[in-house]
Amino acid sequence: MIRIERKFAELKKRGETALIPFVTAGDPDLETTLSIMRAMEKGGADLIELGIPFSDPTADGPTIQRSSQRALRNTLSLPRIFHLVREFRRRSELPVILFGYFNPFFHFGLKAFCRQAARAGADGILCVDLPPEESGELKRWADQEGMDVIFLLSPTSGADRVRQVARRGRGFVYYVSVTGVTGARRSFDTNLRTQVNHVRESTSLPVGVGFGISTPAQAAWIAQFADAAVVGSALIATIEKAKTGAQKARRAGLFVARLKRAMKRVKKEYNAQARPPDGEKYETGD
Amino acid sequence: MPALAELERAYAAARHDAAFRREFQKYLREYAGRETPLYFAERLTQKLGGAKIYLKREDLCHTGAHKINNTIGQILLARRMGKKRIIAETGAGQHGVATATVAARFGLPCEIFMGTEDVARQSLNVFRMKLLGAKMRVVDSGSRTLKDAMNEALRDWVTHVRTTYYLIGSVAGPHPYPMMVRDFQSVIGREARRQILKAEGRLPDYLVACVGGGSNSMGLFYPFVKDRKVKMLGVEAAGRGIRTGKHAASILGGEVGVLHGSKSYVLQDDQGQIRETHSVAAGLDYPGVGPELSYLRDRGRIEFVSATDGEAISALKFLAEVEGIISALESAHAIAAVMRLAPRLAKQRTIIVNLSGRGDKDMTTVGEYLGVKL
Repeated sequence: MIRIERKFAELKKRGETALIPFVTAGDPDLETTLSIMRAMEKGGADLIELGIPFSDPTADGPTIQRSSQRALRNTLSLPRIFHLVREFRRRSELPVILFGYFNPFFHFGLKAFCRQAARAGADGILCVDLPPEESGELKRWADQEGMDVIFLLSPTSGADRVRQVARRGRGFVYYVSVTGVTGARRSFDTNLRTQVNHVRESTSLPVGVGFGISTPAQAAWIAQFADAAVVGSALIATIEKAKTGAQKARRAGLFVARLKRAMKRVKKEYNAQARPPDGEKYETGD
Repeated sequence: MPALAELERAYAAARHDAAFRREFQKYLREYAGRETPLYFAERLTQKLGGAKIYLKREDLCHTGAHKINNTIGQILLARRMGKKRIIAETGAGQHGVATATVAARFGLPCEIFMGTEDVARQSLNVFRMKLLGAKMRVVDSGSRTLKDAMNEALRDWVTHVRTTYYLIGSVAGPHPYPMMVRDFQSVIGREARRQILKAEGRLPDYLVACVGGGSNSMGLFYPFVKDRKVKMLGVEAAGRGIRTGKHAASILGGEVGVLHGSKSYVLQDDQGQIRETHSVAAGLDYPGVGPELSYLRDRGRIEFVSATDGEAISALKFLAEVEGIISALESAHAIAAVMRLAPRLAKQRTIIVNLSGRGDKDMTTVGEYLGVKL
């Protein structure tokens, strides 16, 4: 929707990279999720990815699996998640992307899903197990409601796939930084920067990078060449250690603020300098 | 997705390659022990007092079930594709054993994903897999059964996609697996067709097979799909009864959904979350079913019925007593349906039932059910 586009344009003007934190709706309850979302906005989040829990999250590592299972212990429904988005939207213009798996959306009815999500104030849909060639129906309804359908690319995506996602995608292109599932990684492929640049050549959409980013240093590195960094598992791991809802929100806000600070600092230096050579090995000792 | 496209291309090339087909046939014959007999179960027929019953003896295959047909086909494909490592999911352990077996035969390292729940009730098969040199990857998430093992295998596959071949054991999962597994298992139906024509001079009136994911039923049914007069009966696991919600009958008790990359009937709740399943037969304990079976059911080509845990156990006992054959609990669901069907049919009618596996692996479970400690 217009909010995502506008947000990326605004960040570009300021010379910033978007920080997109991921949080599971309803982990451990929807009230806590709302306060976490608000705290993340205060901490400097630019967009929010709201995870729709699914019983069989095949693209997720252990941290987000645990998070989904906690959320599903309560009676959670899409209308209740829409209500959460509506509550958040009352006080915020931050773009919200619904991140989930196809079956719950399909079961709800794709038309109703897109309509109700859009009316609640959600801006985009990312359906991890729906390849672009099967996305026709979802896209039709999403387009009608002005919702962006965001697609994934990965290091194994061929030229055909890149072209297809560039053509069909809206909002931004989500580049999966590693072959594998979500979860913190110690290091990234040295070619990530080259890969991201390569994707950027085929699309006018912003390119975000996610899967595996867990520390401020990693986020800062990504900020040098991507338009957005998505951080999920590391954030969930931080939140799950806190006991009360208030503590969870506070931790989430602080963690997001640390990430954003690191990204801004590096971006400022980077923008001031000439481009360093590509293909450097990057590792952190987290 | 690129990995699936790569697999699709490799399989398309292999299935039209005479050398690949010859090699597949050779291993089916010399390694798996095909063809398997189509056995006229005379005493069972007499006792039930109706249609003539033939058993397709897949239980006599190497490793004790039909699963080996598909694993031979896929390992030859994996080798052709230059893959260096094999992974597979398993429920009852039969597919895991069949995968570990061919991996040993072709010298490829192999890891088997299996839910904690299934590891506990199929300890014999776990031991067999280890003896065959496979590494066990115990899955402790979700319902800790077949679907969770499949989730974890998929996660592993996307992580090591360039070097690893994922050997799926059922006609479920993303394309091209349902088609490929069906093709490799179709040897069951092709043999049965030839054998019944020889024995009876005509096609059977009924085909009966149990359905979890659906590989043994698709294998038997597929070569008969165009023979409109041959009726097909798929038997799902009713567990403790479909009304109790503790079952694994995806077609009879589920709704259309998308699971593991295919659109089919899926056991799910009112929010589209996948439901936990129950069956005494670990190999039927899956909340989805092959998409082609769903399609043939919707077209009215296959009729679906179910059998409960108790009916399956009784059928297993009955077959053991009257024919001297101990069937797998999965296949016993098909026998249970035959015990209801055969007496209603005239004596000149014929039924082929797929005895997809042998029961050795189930003795602990059956013992527990009957109150006997082994």
